[in-house]
Amino acid sequence: MVNLIWALMAIIGIVYALFNGTMEDVNKALFESANEAVTLSIGLISILVFWLGIMKIAQEAGILTILAKIFRPIIYRLFPEIPKDHPAIGYIVSNITANLFGLGNAATPMGLKAMEEMKKLSDSPVASRSMITFLALNTSGLTLIPTTVIAIRMQYNSLAPTEIVGTTIIVSFIATLSAILFDRLFYHTSKDKEGS
Amino acid sequence: MGYLTSISAYIIPCFILIVLLVATYKKLPSYELFVEGGKEGIQMAFSLLPFLLGMIVSISILRSSGALEAFIELITPFLVWFGIPPEILPLALIRPISGTAALGMTTELTQHYGPDSFIGRLAATMQGSTDTTLYILTIYFGAVGIQKMRYALKVGLLADIVGISASIIIVKLVFG
Repeated sequence: MVNLIWALMAIIGIVYALFNGTMEDVNKALFESANEAVTLSIGLISILVFWLGIMKIAQEAGILTILAKIFRPIIYRLFPEIPKDHPAIGYIVSNITANLFGLGNAATPMGLKAMEEMKKLSDSPVASRSMITFLALNTSGLTLIPTTVIAIRMQYNSLAPTEIVGTTIIVSFIATLSAILFDRLFYHTSKDKEGS
Repeated sequence: MGYLTSISAYIIPCFILIVLLVATYKKLPSYELFVEGGKEGIQMAFSLLPFLLGMIVSISILRSSGALEAFIELITPFLVWFGIPPEILPLALIRPISGTAALGMTTELTQHYGPDSFIGRLAATMQGSTDTTLYILTIYFGAVGIQKMRYALKVGLLADIVGISASIIIVKLVFG
């Protein structure tokens, strides 16, 4: 499905440009965005190195285990395939906590570590059930404090920059809940298909 | 609620403080551990570069050709009929696809309509309450070399539809 979406976006764009004379824009955007992607990846190095360094200390110091213990009941229900006391749990919890506080920069490296641990468990190039559940939580963007948005609102002199915190929490809660439900639904239907 | 924003500024430094204090108390070689963990970061950033580049280029082709805008114009009448403000549509469509583009649109809408307008509040809620599905799937699966995503994209996009509809309904209910 990703292959299809990826190819379709480019195909539709190029065909549309053919008929509307925007080919020059497309040509320019092509190389500019490739450049942008490299800048973005290189920019990620600083965050990744810093956070993975700190997280390594946190792991050795046993802080991840403590975090994992606190949220254990919920995490076990959401990720029944991950064995108890597996390091993946600690990273999943830190990723979710960082996301809750709108710390996207800190959340990504921890999330990538969580994926790595889950990959060790499944040892296959196909996404495992736990990976999909984990990414369902991440894509639905469970948030308590939308830091960036508040910053933008402050920049444009909002009378109450944080007044959208309430609506954001409600909406992200609804989205996350539906993501978990869809995840469960598709897991069971895909299992049925493979079984028959 | 201004304290909420200042709380975020304290979380990261305090977390680092706790980690370093515990590590020092337990007599761990904290600097060596930091370097060891950090090394993985370089490798990770490079391994996800092609995934990110491919996705970003494809999205930019779609946007720069004008096809996305044309599509939005085409379906605007239907949206008005459903009570969805057409001004918000570009953001709603781009939110799951590109995070930087969505952030740019949110900034533009906030500037143009004012942060305390209905559109301004709706844009803020939409931007804050959901994340960029395509970007997240790309980098997370890319970093660990997953080729088959199975139903992950379906789940992400369906949840986005729910989130975007919910933000319109909730913002209408709360701010009228």
